Amino acid sequence: MSTTAARGSHPAAVAAGDDIPVNRRRRSEVWPALAFISPWIVGFGIFTLWPVIYSGYLSLTDYDVINPPSFVGLANYEQLWNDPKIALSLKNTLYYTVLSVPLHLVGALFLALLLNQAGRATGFFRTAFFLPKMTPPVAVGVLLLLLLNGQSGVLNEVLGWFGVDGPSWTTDPSWVKPGLILMSMWTIGSTVIIILAALRDVPQELHDAAMVDGAGPWQRTWRITIPMISPTLFFVLIVNTISAFQMFTEAYTAYFGSGNSTYSNDAALFYVVYLFRQGFEFLYMGYASAMAWVLFVIIMAVTAIQFWGSRKFVFYQGDQR
Amino acid sequence: MTALEPRPTALPVPEMSDRALRFASDEETGPTGDDPGTRRGGHAGRSRGRRLAWQISVGALLLFFSVLFIYPFVWLLSASFKPRGEVFDNRLIPKTFTFDNYLTVWEQAPMAAWLVNTVIVTVLATVTVTMSSAMVAWGFAYFRFKGRNALFGLVLGTMMLPGAVTMIPTFLIWNALGQVGTLTPLWAGNLFGSAFYIFLLRQFFLGLPRELFDAAKVDGANNWTIFWRVALPLCRPALVVTFLFEFQASWTDLMRSLIYLRDAADFTVPRGLKSLLDRYGFGGEWHWEIVVTASVITTIPVIILFFIGQKQFVAGIATTGSKG
Repeated sequence: MSTTAARGSHPAAVAAGDDIPVNRRRRSEVWPALAFISPWIVGFGIFTLWPVIYSGYLSLTDYDVINPPSFVGLANYEQLWNDPKIALSLKNTLYYTVLSVPLHLVGALFLALLLNQAGRATGFFRTAFFLPKMTPPVAVGVLLLLLLNGQSGVLNEVLGWFGVDGPSWTTDPSWVKPGLILMSMWTIGSTVIIILAALRDVPQELHDAAMVDGAGPWQRTWRITIPMISPTLFFVLIVNTISAFQMFTEAYTAYFGSGNSTYSNDAALFYVVYLFRQGFEFLYMGYASAMAWVLFVIIMAVTAIQFWGSRKFVFYQGDQR
Repeated sequence: MTALEPRPTALPVPEMSDRALRFASDEETGPTGDDPGTRRGGHAGRSRGRRLAWQISVGALLLFFSVLFIYPFVWLLSASFKPRGEVFDNRLIPKTFTFDNYLTVWEQAPMAAWLVNTVIVTVLATVTVTMSSAMVAWGFAYFRFKGRNALFGLVLGTMMLPGAVTMIPTFLIWNALGQVGTLTPLWAGNLFGSAFYIFLLRQFFLGLPRELFDAAKVDGANNWTIFWRVALPLCRPALVVTFLFEFQASWTDLMRSLIYLRDAADFTVPRGLKSLLDRYGFGGEWHWEIVVTASVITTIPVIILFFIGQKQFVAGIATTGSKG
């Protein structure tokens, strides 16, 4: 992130680091700066710092909002360890993440490479690809139930043309997650745009030079384009993994009834869905807080592993990392 | 997360108005955005015919995927004009065209109230987050003080925190303030800025030539005037991006309305759609035509928004990736 200050366009911004001696003029800038930043500082204190600390405390208590929290030590974590639904929801979440993240990455890269070849029509196609991303996730959940419906859904109708007897995507427990993943591919658009922007930044000189050396289009894609955009691919990988771990709205919409009609589907019981139900439907706020902390630790660990693993594969231009 | 190091530009041009917006405008004039047949794909030794075949197959593939992405919208829209029995007939042009579903939704659900609620939440959320984030971003971009980078690192660090960790204590705050069941918790957190937008806007402010502000200072402008009169107007493209992103985010948010809203009359449109799905969908009475129509009503506003601000949306998202 430090590079953000060193944008090159603004020497003054570059010079302003922590290690610059604080002179008089600078000292006078602290207060106006803090005045401008104060909304964030206040908000950070109230809506981030305190909640983080308090949820840590709550995770050690039994709390149902009505009665005051009662301290139970690590009992919630112990219960969590033995809760088969936790294991199930973790398994579901991992299944979804492990399949959807690489599929999104490869799919978006493919579409971005295609778009990069589109010439003047890029704008039209980009709009078409991005539009689904605008759709409210609730509506995506509804669409999932409609389009992937086992009996009359359009997907199975199309599969039928090819003689394939499509599965019951929305009811068969072993097909519920593949259905969700398939539907999530529909909202791939923002990833495509991020990758396309990176493709546009690959210097043409590199391609020209490789062409002079006799490299064909495939070689240039694998040896130049992909390494050059690897930081962006890595960024997308991190962000998409973190959000896949927190999958909620589409699954909750489609498979968990609230209000008068309650229904649920264990195959779509993702971790955050389970957490939400524990906290806000069953009011086990202490237990849900413990769940949240476990999720936090898992996400941090996975991100750390990804950073560690990326050292070999991510190429930072002009930056020896 | 180290950013893609951009090639140095000669002019201190604002990031988004330059590279990203150029990227967003369709007729690419950039160095690499040209026709594959002319320069980029001018594979030495390839015949004209092969180039043409390549272009046609790329075009065909793109068209195929576009149809795939657009199809669900068309399906949904056309299903909303079908009577109950024909919703699942998968025809794109309804056999029997009816407008009844829209009237039924209007009668069966407080759709007008939901729309009004959502507009209130969305407007308040977008205006407050744009203003507060711009202020904070300016604080980080213009002033120099010890610990600035560390503090800004903290801002960015909050983006990594899963929402689930703060969800319950935040609920307890609003509960203690007696705001559960009102629309306040859906937007008021935005008064304090949001890390992603602060980051976006700071990037933009850093790209503005500092001489402008120094000149204003010499002319006797105070800090607020420099921000409000000089910096903010120059920052319009980034403000628009912030506004559009937050509009989409708060219009479509379900989780917060699930947590905070209790009475059907107070629902936002996504929350309302979920309640209609529960009543008429899977677990309910199988009136899918109502669910379909409500989905269209929920989706249309953001689609319109996208067509209004398409350029800014695309530019904003492009910026997200390259600065990661």
